[in-house]
Amino acid sequence: MSIPANLQYTSEHEWIRVEGNVAVVGITQYAADALGDIVYVDLPKAGTTISAGAIVGEAESTKSVGELFAPVSGDIVEANQAVIDSPELVNSDPYGAGWLFSVNFSSIGAVMSADDYEAMIAE
Amino acid sequence: MADFRSRHIGITGDSQSVLLDRLGYDSLDALMDAAVPGGIRQGAFASRIPAAASEREALAELRALANENTVNRSLIGLGYYETVMPSVIKRNILENPSWYTAYTPYQPEISQGRLEALITFQTMVCDLTGMGTANAGMLDEASAAAEAMLMARRVSGNPSTTFLVDVDVFPQVRAVLETRAEPIGVTLRFVDFSTGDGAQAIADGAFGAYIQYPGASGRIRDIAGDLEAATAAGIVTVVGSDLLALTLLKSPGSMGADIVLGSSQRFGVPLGFGGPHSAFFAVKAGLERQMPGRLIGVSRDADGKPAYRLTLQAREQHIRREKATSNICTAQVLLAVLAAMYAVYHGPLGLRDIAVGVAERAARFARRAAAAGHTIVHDAFFDTVQVRVPGKAAALVATAHSNGVLIHLVDADTVQLSFDELSIGDATGILAGGDDNTLDPIFGLAPEQSTASPTLVDTAVPATFVRADDVLTHPVFHSYRSETAMMRFLKRLADKDYALDRGMIPLGSCTMKLNSATEMEAVTWREFGGLHPYAPVSDVGGYLLLISQLEEWLVELTGYDTISLQPNAGSQGELAGLLAIRGYHLSRGDAHRVTCIIPSSAHGTNAASAILAGMKVVVVACEENGDVDIADLNAKIEENRDTLAALMVTYPSTHGVYEHGIKTITAAVHDAGGQVYIDGANLNALLGYARYGDIGGDVSHLNLHKTFAIPHGGGGPGVGPVAAKAHLAPFLPGHPMAQAVNHPAFDSVTGKPGEFVHAGGPIAAAPFGSPSILPISWAYVRMLGSDGLRHATAAAVLSANYVAARLREHYPVLYSGENGLVAHECILDLRPLTAETGVTVDDVAKRLVDYGFHAPTMSFPVPGTLMVEPTESEDIGELDRFVEAMIGIKREAEAVARGEWPADDNPLVNAPHTAQSLLVGEWNHSYSREVAAYPWMSIDSDLPRTERMKYWPPVRRVDGAYGDRNLACACPDPSAFAD
Repeated sequence: MSIPANLQYTSEHEWIRVEGNVAVVGITQYAADALGDIVYVDLPKAGTTISAGAIVGEAESTKSVGELFAPVSGDIVEANQAVIDSPELVNSDPYGAGWLFSVNFSSIGAVMSADDYEAMIAE
Repeated sequence: MADFRSRHIGITGDSQSVLLDRLGYDSLDALMDAAVPGGIRQGAFASRIPAAASEREALAELRALANENTVNRSLIGLGYYETVMPSVIKRNILENPSWYTAYTPYQPEISQGRLEALITFQTMVCDLTGMGTANAGMLDEASAAAEAMLMARRVSGNPSTTFLVDVDVFPQVRAVLETRAEPIGVTLRFVDFSTGDGAQAIADGAFGAYIQYPGASGRIRDIAGDLEAATAAGIVTVVGSDLLALTLLKSPGSMGADIVLGSSQRFGVPLGFGGPHSAFFAVKAGLERQMPGRLIGVSRDADGKPAYRLTLQAREQHIRREKATSNICTAQVLLAVLAAMYAVYHGPLGLRDIAVGVAERAARFARRAAAAGHTIVHDAFFDTVQVRVPGKAAALVATAHSNGVLIHLVDADTVQLSFDELSIGDATGILAGGDDNTLDPIFGLAPEQSTASPTLVDTAVPATFVRADDVLTHPVFHSYRSETAMMRFLKRLADKDYALDRGMIPLGSCTMKLNSATEMEAVTWREFGGLHPYAPVSDVGGYLLLISQLEEWLVELTGYDTISLQPNAGSQGELAGLLAIRGYHLSRGDAHRVTCIIPSSAHGTNAASAILAGMKVVVVACEENGDVDIADLNAKIEENRDTLAALMVTYPSTHGVYEHGIKTITAAVHDAGGQVYIDGANLNALLGYARYGDIGGDVSHLNLHKTFAIPHGGGGPGVGPVAAKAHLAPFLPGHPMAQAVNHPAFDSVTGKPGEFVHAGGPIAAAPFGSPSILPISWAYVRMLGSDGLRHATAAAVLSANYVAARLREHYPVLYSGENGLVAHECILDLRPLTAETGVTVDDVAKRLVDYGFHAPTMSFPVPGTLMVEPTESEDIGELDRFVEAMIGIKREAEAVARGEWPADDNPLVNAPHTAQSLLVGEWNHSYSREVAAYPWMSIDSDLPRTERMKYWPPVRRVDGAYGDRNLACACPDPSAFAD
């Protein structure tokens, strides 16, 4: 199970990578594996204002629908069109090409380190 | 002559002793005494159910009831039109168990025939409506309109709570929208879009708008401007339309509609006093993933060949539960197939000829009526003519009725006639002149020669509304014009599928019992099929008697006081029941009672229905054994004591167990002021032994298509009646056009109207839902009688326990009650096998196809398990063959675990095997062809093998994810199937 140390994690199994004022958001490999074959993602449109903790989208697999929560507050910069076109990227490369959306953020919600996340999913 | 009971129940005489011996009981009574908790057993009461009739006797009584109906010529219209079902379709589909006894196509490999028929339906609807994607059908037009309203609210992103509805819509659509809007906080605003009011309403704001085209009045109006203005204002546009009209008229899709819906009934499906019929539902490109209902798509199988499947099937109520936005989990598959095949049979030119013929008869009538001095209200119309007859409308309707014609009374000054396929008269012979012979004297028209070969100029459809695009261009609509070709096409589709005519379908919670030929007999009788749902009460006496008797019987069997047969599916029954609870609380000033407690093991539809009834869902935990956790229930009741509206619980539980604590549970809810909804999905384990009304239920829905022998039709029709105690009766679904508001309409002893009036809003388009299939359940009860029904329950429990006992050493049986017994179904735990061998539930389900069986229910209610419900109708030979197949599969899995076969190349992961995969090309697998296709040959067994034909699936395992990612929901070009 890959849990890159350079990312921050939420209890909703999302990761964020902060690049200046922009946070890139995705779901963890643990979440992608749990969902199974992801067939569709519904992502917030560029320009949408989101607030941390709110439901902003969905990831649908052949066996479940998972809700996407905003890990940060701010404005959506971009939704990953490659994932919209090929949702399987979330399964094959959750921390890379399978990123979901980026946010020009004003504040970050509750996050944890890779070690803490690993401990959380081990429970 | 053997009685019907011995035909219906598979386990009798000697075989019953064999099964009982295996379980260690000396009689069926002893088994049931041990299985069914003593505390819930029903007591003695005087029964109104007559002693069992023979098959001949039941048919004779049905014939007598049929003769009490009067089939007058209906020109009432309003979404229901006479049509001619081609005989080749009637004989090869409607009267063919290969079609009507199939289950919903959740197992695509063994359902390719009806999936192909359904994608043909979708293609037909897309073409005619001009939309991007159509689903495989909805329950009826009015409920489809309600679903469109829900979808519009979901996709609009518009904060308004207003849904605009044109005034020129069918009255039943309006009534059902009213029922459905209020509980979820939607305000309906009725607007005359033909005036400036439309623009004002759009400016005032709304999330959606519903316009009918052509209108209920028959009028054809240019709605493009309305649709454009609404879209510009961020309003989702919904158009109700008519498939036959759309063979001529510009499509709503070309005018910018977001959603188009209507009924497909007039494509060859009998009126049936209201149903069953399939509605259609189509959306513009981009909205397909938001669409309710079932969607058939094209995916590919393990060889990369195109294969059909139910796409996006994991969504909605299966997985979203209280987050669901629709509670629809069934359709009207058999009826959609009939409509699609009507289009295949006639082709685009044939359909257009029928449409022109209908429109010409309407125009001809209007012209001659005008010549006779009547005022025709609208100039532009397709099939429906409004005639102004100041002050004389009622008298005219009565005169027409006494002359054998039914016309629609609009108001005191207006009547309306809808012409249809039967109006098209032959040139000579007894059908010459169509409706002229009857209509001419009523309206005082001068006789006139019929137009020989009418064209569009002979109709009242203005040229500006005529569509110019080609429709139904796919070869399927051009290849089966001769009856020989049509017959073989239908045979080819049927041969691809696995239905009850091949073998057992042991689907847990689905109750795939016998649908006997005698029960089916009356469905196609003209006296039951030819009645309009809004026909006058004097025409439908036979139906009202039949419905009254069935109501009395079902009420007695469930321990309730009254029942409504209106809901067209279990999900609609759930919604009606919860709305009744809601109405009851509101009537007592308890508007704050909105919390619905639902066990975690409940079917997902329960939560979805609660949301649509305006309730808030609280989930209560289940114990390890699947029973409701009573401590948690008490805690949840305490937390929500002030707002508690209802508990929804399934009995026996979704785990197939008779919970001992059920009366404690229902009492706790009542103590807190809540109502108890008992889901009747598993009634087949209870009938004759215990009654919901006696164990604390206030309201329940039944599934006549499970417990009472209505066939599943490959995924519909169904009937989901809602039964309730007296205090809920006023809130059960009524209907503005109901011929009788009392229930039963006639008391079978006194002959007087029954004491209960159902006064809630309608949940379905027709007052009695789908009456033409009610004779099936009537015959089932009539031919079994109380004793036979009770015996059937015991036989179902016996069979399930026999399967559990024989398979227990190979697969753990999850959940059983006291004495180690299950109810009518058992859950086989495959998780240990998967952990040891890597073989999954999917592998086992698909491998069963090679063995010649339909898979049991997969991963419900517990992931990684199979739920088996053999029903009372299977005989010992079939049960044993199934058990041996399951044991054989276990051994194969063990061989994989031992490394005898590679994990990625063995008969399980490669299942199912097509004939082609065995015969074409090199055979490079680690196991033989014989093991692949005839696995039972290697099982040491005394069972006769000659009785079963090898079933060959037409495709290999279908790739689910590929189909969900690449939505393709219309018939593929034939070149896609080239090798």
